[in-house]
Amino acid sequence: MIALLIRDLRLALRAGGGFGLGLAFFLIVAALVPFAVGPQAAVLSTIAGGVLWLGALLACLLSLDRILALDWEDGSLDLMASAPLPLEALVSIKALAHWLTTALPLVLAAPVLGVLLQLPQAGFYWITLSLAIGTPALSVIGTFGAALTVGIKRGGLLLSILVLPLYVPTLIFGAELTRRGIQGMDTSTPLLMSAGISFACIAVMPFASAAVLRVNLR
Amino acid sequence: MEMLRVDNLAVTRGGLPVLEGLSFTLNAGHALVLRGPNGIGKTTLLRTLAGLQPALAGTISMPPETMAYAAHSDGLKATLSVAENLHFWASVYGTGSIDGALDQMNLRQLATRAAMSLSAGQKRRLGLARLLVTGRKIWLLDEPTVSLDAASVREFGAIVQQHLQTGGLALMATHIDLGIDAQVLDLTPHMQAAAQLRQDQEGFF
Repeated sequence: MIALLIRDLRLALRAGGGFGLGLAFFLIVAALVPFAVGPQAAVLSTIAGGVLWLGALLACLLSLDRILALDWEDGSLDLMASAPLPLEALVSIKALAHWLTTALPLVLAAPVLGVLLQLPQAGFYWITLSLAIGTPALSVIGTFGAALTVGIKRGGLLLSILVLPLYVPTLIFGAELTRRGIQGMDTSTPLLMSAGISFACIAVMPFASAAVLRVNLR
Repeated sequence: MEMLRVDNLAVTRGGLPVLEGLSFTLNAGHALVLRGPNGIGKTTLLRTLAGLQPALAGTISMPPETMAYAAHSDGLKATLSVAENLHFWASVYGTGSIDGALDQMNLRQLATRAAMSLSAGQKRRLGLARLLVTGRKIWLLDEPTVSLDAASVREFGAIVQQHLQTGGLALMATHIDLGIDAQVLDLTPHMQAAAQLRQDQEGFF
């Protein structure tokens, strides 16, 4: 299992691995929003948390179809499925590798890009915290979507449509957590909801992903 | 010693039965070659035996953790080196060492090259080296000699022969003669049975 994680991280970092794709997209969104809505600090600082959350979510979405499609195309998914590696473990490791190579850089970049968006002082802490709690759910739900659409050539569109509704709760509570944190309100409800959604997804989704993968590999 | 036993097996492709009534046993040290025209279901049969898809009927019995499957495509990662590709499979199968496989498949000089810079035949040899690092007894091989030149085919035949002598067994779909003494299973009669079964089903619905 560790071998698979190391392999995936190595593949992501090598040329053509798509490591920087999500990060570059995130950077572009954060850089262009001030041009689109105007430079007024008051407006920007109100929407900064929401924009960063939306940007991170879409950047995640952009990289989902790479999670399993590449392994399917070159046949290694079939070989791994017939190897002594439970599919549940396989999809969990795939989700972890996705989180480490795509979501973690977004979490770390968010406070830096917050400067461009006039994010209020308190927001730097809350955006990092809420993304760190919320993005694991994005990765495991995304892996489920990738497992559903594996084997479909250019299944990216279908994948986005399937996954987006599942992302909504994470987005709502993550952005709400950031907003409340910035305004100094009580954050316990969105914090617990975000964490709850992530933990539930991590607990349940690998089994769902493995089940659909098993059907799709037939 | 009997290792692989298949009883009255029926396999499906895309939900339709393609082969039916397959029964055979394979003992340690023996090889079985599947013959039949394209599309008859050789790959489907091998995938079913590999556990990648469920059988329509019948049973497959083999000792657990003894099977290694090699598909049409080698499952290589283009940006990883030859050694990295093999190391990955060695640790998935928990065998560790890749030296023997590198030497046997004549890949020692290529060990640090990225898989994408290999020729088609070299890639195939790497794919077969993967089989060696699995350390498994039962080999399910789907067209193992595609893209290999005559010399490599002979070498591969010798490797399969050696695998058989050390108590392994091989089940392969191939059109060419590997120079090993193997039983041959012609799948054509089983296809006719499946066609009949398909007709019955269609009549039923």
